[in-house]
Amino acid sequence: MPSVRMGIKTAFDARNTSLDMASLLLRQVNETLQKAEAGAFVVSNPRGAHALAAGLTGPIDVTIDGHVGYYCGGMNQKASIIVNGNAGTGVAENMMSGRVHVKGDASQSAGATGCGGLLVIDGNASSRLGISLRGLDIVVKGSIGHMAAFMAQAGNIVVLGDAGDALGDSIYEARLFVRGKVKSLGTDCIAKEMREEHRTLLRGLLDAAGIGHEIDVAEFTRYGSARTLYQFHIENLGSY
Amino acid sequence: MADDHDRWIHTPPRESATFDRATIAEIHRAAATGIYDIRGFGAKRKLPHFDDLLFLGASISRYPLEGYREKCGTNVVLGTRFAKNPIEIKIPITIAGMSFGSLSAPAKEALGRGASAVGTSTTTGDGGMTAEERAASSLLVYQYLPSRYGMEPDQIRKADAIEIVIGQGAKPGGGGMLLGQKISDRVAKMRTLPAGIDQRSACRHPDWTGPDDLEIKILELREITGWEKPIYVKVGAARPYYDTALAVKSGADVVVLDGMQGGTAATQDVFIEHCGLPTLAAIRPAVKALTELDMHRKVQLVVSGGIRSGADVAKALALGADAVSIGTAALIALGDNHPRWEEDYRKLGTTAGCYDDWHEGRDPAGITTQDPELTKRLDPVAAGKRLANYLSVLTLECQTIARANGKSHVHNLEPEDLVALTVEAAAMAGVPLAGTSWIPGRSLQD
Repeated sequence: MPSVRMGIKTAFDARNTSLDMASLLLRQVNETLQKAEAGAFVVSNPRGAHALAAGLTGPIDVTIDGHVGYYCGGMNQKASIIVNGNAGTGVAENMMSGRVHVKGDASQSAGATGCGGLLVIDGNASSRLGISLRGLDIVVKGSIGHMAAFMAQAGNIVVLGDAGDALGDSIYEARLFVRGKVKSLGTDCIAKEMREEHRTLLRGLLDAAGIGHEIDVAEFTRYGSARTLYQFHIENLGSY
Repeated sequence: MADDHDRWIHTPPRESATFDRATIAEIHRAAATGIYDIRGFGAKRKLPHFDDLLFLGASISRYPLEGYREKCGTNVVLGTRFAKNPIEIKIPITIAGMSFGSLSAPAKEALGRGASAVGTSTTTGDGGMTAEERAASSLLVYQYLPSRYGMEPDQIRKADAIEIVIGQGAKPGGGGMLLGQKISDRVAKMRTLPAGIDQRSACRHPDWTGPDDLEIKILELREITGWEKPIYVKVGAARPYYDTALAVKSGADVVVLDGMQGGTAATQDVFIEHCGLPTLAAIRPAVKALTELDMHRKVQLVVSGGIRSGADVAKALALGADAVSIGTAALIALGDNHPRWEEDYRKLGTTAGCYDDWHEGRDPAGITTQDPELTKRLDPVAAGKRLANYLSVLTLECQTIARANGKSHVHNLEPEDLVALTVEAAAMAGVPLAGTSWIPGRSLQD
């Protein structure tokens, strides 16, 4: 199971604005980040705070030194967020644009309903990664849990490790690229031919995640919708 | 003589109460198609409802207020618990969430126009916010739904309040299906899906489970909106005592409680008719939970499901609601099921007053459709005016009853103003059976 783990970063660049949650409230930190239109910020002592760096709208850089709770980077627009630690449920949920990079592992529903931008998870991701995905790109360097990409509508998911049960159940138009084993495919999800357009797309995603030079796209299998359940037919009841 | 004898020996046809003609027709339909019946509207069976309650009015011990002269307030403030910017509606009636997709764009605009004209709010639905409804709605509540179709943070920021939808009364525990014939290019684009395919709306939220998670989800929404907007939690009437308590525990500003008479764009008939609680049975347990938590009137309770008249509004408020919400009645006010379209209803195999195939996209009234020609039939200005008129009538009727019971504000109506006509209604509403002091389930000493 390939997994790239980074140590927790503790030192930060003196040019950054420091936001220490040992003394600042969540509201104070988020308000500062939400109002910022430029600049770089380092958040220390997050102590598993929920909804940290949620609702950002400016093209700012945010580095969070430590583990975060639920919904870190939720609904992100334009900001680039690095989590030097693990992330709880729903990291980068409904992200619209920008980039969220989790250096550790991510809990369930990472990138749920995401519409745009890039989510990179260096470690593993739990169940329901990319559930109801709507355009976000996700690259997971480790493995992912069950029910990933459930009802995923658009966007791309790249997994360097293995995938759990029911991958892509009831998937719509999202594309999945898995290098390792898939425990099982969900309803209406099938392996598909990797054409040159898909290899090009995958190279671009890996490059965006900063690992294009070290990964061979030929090692991946593409998965997507068989599109047999797009219309409700009584003959398909056995599939549900 | 023989003929006369025949008249005595023949038993006239007798319809079975168990296998009545509607039941037999449904069995025939099911046997022919192999699939359950799907339809819109709400429960059609007879249920204990507000019709089973009566107001007592004034008497020697209760002093009435003069109609048309003495003031009877109707305003409601929603979101006073945590939101920096609570919203105030001028009448105790709001418009329930209904999606663009299930409804046409002119219908959504008309709902906004009608609600705004009388100073109340309307609500988005699955698929997100349209520019037309935002422009037409002075107060717009943004629904945060399990499917998250069309959900964008910029839309949340444009809204005046947020309603997290856990379920709805017509199908507590059920998701939805918007059939392909209603998925126009615009609807498809808003929902990030191909045009023409059936779109499944999820029954559970994708990124949280249970009340502890809900508390964190509410925190996230508050953080994203700067703690400015009221956050509602909408539940279908299933376990109203516990659901209300858990919504309060999770940090809701407002609880929206939708009884089983509440309408839906489409679901299985068996779901509509056999799941959930009647609205009448749901209100008192919810109020009990709020009262025990010292949150009655602090967390506002909005009740929906089968509200038709000002009497229904007044009865819901008397049982403890802060406001009511209407969906089906609002669509009827716009023109749904109007006899002017009888010829078209007949072509669809139904008749005005019975049309409920809202999911098929062939609504002659131009309301539950995306067909370009049919949607032209609904003038959003005229339909909005009809809705405003209807909302005014509901408010006037509610005030009439409140004044007759001596109330200077509709919120002063109370259970003690009510009696029940049936034992069932008395038990559900917690008011005495008319002419007695008996409330089933309570001893006379209570």
